[in-house]
Amino acid sequence: MFLTAAIALFIGMIIVLIRLYAGPTLYDRVLAGNAFGTYTVLFIGVLGFLTGRPDFLDIALLYALINFVGTIAILKYFRYRAIGDTSPAPRGTPAANGRLNDRGAKS
Amino acid sequence: MIALDWFVEIASWIAIVMGSAFMLIGAVGTLRFPDFWSRVHAVSVTDSAGMLLLTLGMCIQGGFTLVTVKLIIIGVFLFITGPTATHAVANAALVSGFLPKGADKVRRKISAKETDKKKVKKKKTTTLKRKL
Repeated sequence: MFLTAAIALFIGMIIVLIRLYAGPTLYDRVLAGNAFGTYTVLFIGVLGFLTGRPDFLDIALLYALINFVGTIAILKYFRYRAIGDTSPAPRGTPAANGRLNDRGAKS
Repeated sequence: MIALDWFVEIASWIAIVMGSAFMLIGAVGTLRFPDFWSRVHAVSVTDSAGMLLLTLGMCIQGGFTLVTVKLIIIGVFLFITGPTATHAVANAALVSGFLPKGADKVRRKISAKETDKKKVKKKKTTTLKRKL
């Protein structure tokens, strides 16, 4: 039972990796990376049951957290070219009069 | 007791095999679909149906232990964040200017209709002006 699930998940991971490599656009790649994270979480859980020691579920939970945050961070980076504070600087501050606008380019 | 054991085995078998099938279907769809938007559609199958069924099957196998609690936490978290991440990707693609196949045609039709309406309005205004 768990062997079936593990094999299916492994084949799915390989197929999604092919899409991640071949994806014509950036968003295809991000989508495939997110799906690969979901596959990996479930694969870790199934593998724990398969070996009879389901102690790896903490790692699976951690992987799910990192996967979500990583997807959002990648999207934000490619939208704004910065991961940190991307809101426009308030008026009167040196950053507003200064060199960088909200996309990190020189204004 | 034996009947209960059989029931648990059969239920977890059904859930896990169906979940694996959904995961495979989603992966093949991710590879084979022609368009980005249809690929979003294929990935959402793995994020909702496959993940939920696999987690349910593992929960049934785990019994009333700490493992089941962890699995429920993972399932709830993935159920919330998976569609959210997919929606974020799709929204970013839409904002950056991707359009589904055939959207150009629809937009052209809508814009043509709008221009027709504008022409009609212009005609009306011109006739009104003439009357005045």
